[in-house]
Amino acid sequence: MTDLSVHPVPGQQPPDLPKLPDLRGRRAYADGGFRVATLAAGALILVILGLIVITMSSRARHVFAHTGFGFFTGRRWAPNAEVYGALSFIYGTLLTSAIAVLIAVPVSLGIALFTTQVAPPWLRRILVGLTDLVAVVPSVVFGLWGIIVLGPRLQGWFRAVHGWVDGIPVLDRIFGPVLGSRSFLAAGIILAVMITPIISSVSREVIDTTPQTDRDGALALGATRWEMITGAVLPHSMGGIVGAVMLGLGRAMGETIAAALVIGNAATITINIFSSGDSLPSVIATQWGEADEVKRSALIAMGLTLFVLTVLVNLAATAIVNRGMRRMQGS
Amino acid sequence: MRTVRLDSNDQTRRPRRNDRISRLVDPLSQNPLPAPRMEHNDVKTFHTPGHTPRNTAGRTKLAAALVAAVAVTLGGSGIAASASDAAEPPVFDLEPVAGELVGSGATFPGVFYAEAIAELEGINGDLVIEYGGGGSSKGRSDLQQSLVDFAGTDGVVKAEDYEKFAGEFVYIPTVLAPIVVAYNLDGVDTLNLTPTVIAQIFQTEITSWDDPAIVELNPDVTLPAEPIVVVRRADGSGTTDNFSKFLKAAVGGEGGVWTLGSGSELEWPAGTQAGDGSGGVSQLIKDTPGAIGYLDLADATVSGLSGASVENKEGVFVAPTIEATTAAAAGAEIADDLTFFVGWADGADAYPIAAQTWILAYVEQPDAEQAAALRYFLTYLLTDGQALAVELNYAPLPAELRDAALANVALIGA
Repeated sequence: MTDLSVHPVPGQQPPDLPKLPDLRGRRAYADGGFRVATLAAGALILVILGLIVITMSSRARHVFAHTGFGFFTGRRWAPNAEVYGALSFIYGTLLTSAIAVLIAVPVSLGIALFTTQVAPPWLRRILVGLTDLVAVVPSVVFGLWGIIVLGPRLQGWFRAVHGWVDGIPVLDRIFGPVLGSRSFLAAGIILAVMITPIISSVSREVIDTTPQTDRDGALALGATRWEMITGAVLPHSMGGIVGAVMLGLGRAMGETIAAALVIGNAATITINIFSSGDSLPSVIATQWGEADEVKRSALIAMGLTLFVLTVLVNLAATAIVNRGMRRMQGS
Repeated sequence: MRTVRLDSNDQTRRPRRNDRISRLVDPLSQNPLPAPRMEHNDVKTFHTPGHTPRNTAGRTKLAAALVAAVAVTLGGSGIAASASDAAEPPVFDLEPVAGELVGSGATFPGVFYAEAIAELEGINGDLVIEYGGGGSSKGRSDLQQSLVDFAGTDGVVKAEDYEKFAGEFVYIPTVLAPIVVAYNLDGVDTLNLTPTVIAQIFQTEITSWDDPAIVELNPDVTLPAEPIVVVRRADGSGTTDNFSKFLKAAVGGEGGVWTLGSGSELEWPAGTQAGDGSGGVSQLIKDTPGAIGYLDLADATVSGLSGASVENKEGVFVAPTIEATTAAAAGAEIADDLTFFVGWADGADAYPIAAQTWILAYVEQPDAEQAAALRYFLTYLLTDGQALAVELNYAPLPAELRDAALANVALIGA
């Protein structure tokens, strides 16, 4: 076999190469331009985020001057008595998002795995189209459906569930007395319906990137379809799936109108998921119009809180993914 | 209509309250209207004490001009003369003006303003008016920043906020609206309630429809042993504000039954149901047997909900009607800057729960055209627009207040 290498071999003269035109000048120019353009685009995000944080903090300072740190720890929200505590809304945001993710993730993964691994191609095409269609339904439509169709039916269900668990410790507190259909759980269910298409679409794309060789290999080793999925598909796509869940969680935490319509709009902290409550975006949306100075500043502070909360949740999730990835890929 | 400008050399005269009271004189009879009662609330002063107008010289001239303008515009202008006790508003026949006006603010008179603007478009296509809602607070802050030409507001400007405005402004009351205590009880067509019982119901202290306190007020009605479901607004709202102000005024004093205070948002007891907007409230009441809630008459009428008769200050049970609300405004204490609270007013035929709304506009407009356009629009609201308001289930202003409002419109100049 002849040596085709053009690299200089020690102790040997490099072969004479034909002179090529130097294209670097133009290329360097294009590279530089591209670099500047992408840098600007990247920096723009930071600038926008920075400006948002700065303006919101400065607008929110009234309420912090008024209430101090008690804004985050106070449970009582009574603008007409000048008491501004956002804790119940922070709680409501976290609780409804958690319920939504808890419901949406298994369903979304099921949809994603079915469409990619199980369904015949013709069904797959239809399902993909439908899930993407659900993803673009405006949230107010879900909200209206929630109060007009889902809510009244849920109330009966809630009553029944409360009846089943009555007397069982803890459970009869979580599935507590029903006061109406508008509740943390109703909001969580609506949010779950809203984020399912996003999570399943993104997961589907990620799962689709599993190399066919990996899957074939697993099957060739005698794995069942289930073992192939858990052994080859899921480890490969774990990072992407968690990313998809984060996208969904972000949407659930920030969802405004649908939540505002079905959550019940009451400042409450309780583990009873049948109780009405409120979430940060819902309070901002419903109270903004008639809000005066300090109250308006309190609402902006809630926006800031939501922003920080989303960032924290995302950071935590990224950390979990990174640890999980190392473990799964290491095995 | 043209503002007459007097070239006054009297540079030391500042606009004082007396000037404003003088405009409450009925232009025809020259009889002073009943002196405004001053004990109404803390919004009596027009200027914040210590707030010096930026352009004192111009203002002085203006003030002198304004007094004359009122006489001229009301006496000799196109507004047909009417005795101050006439029920019918004056006919609107101002010369069409061209221009563009933008307003924002209170949503509760939004339907009325939108219809009035549509009607005006048919009369005078050269005047383009836009009214975006957004809530009273937004309207006020938009006007402070001069983003809009006029602002709709359901509440009065707090004394400490006066200095945030770019100049002197006037309150122009436009319409009133009864707030209905609507309920959903099969077979119950009439229901009498006192402020005390309403307060107890909305604080979930009375929880069943056959409570002795309700039965006692309604001896002829068979009340079911159903639980009461309280429906209230989810969003911050002027309706909640006025409803709670009524309860506070009626039974919310020291040691009174009503303890939630007043405001656009209250700390409702757990278990009350929240509806988004008047539409959300009416939907909830309709869907929930045994429900009771408060909403404006227009939405209650559209939804076919029945409203309770409420005991007024004189001890008479009055049904929520447009006439009874106008009667309430006639009995309300009106401050000299035309701020007032129409709820819990004097008068045997006054319905005690109602909302009022104003348009705020700067007295000094950037140019004469703008001022004329504003006066044109506002005059329409207070003249032919009042009949339109009735069609839309708003209550028109009583004659006396309407004339005073027209006088305030005439203060707007350039």
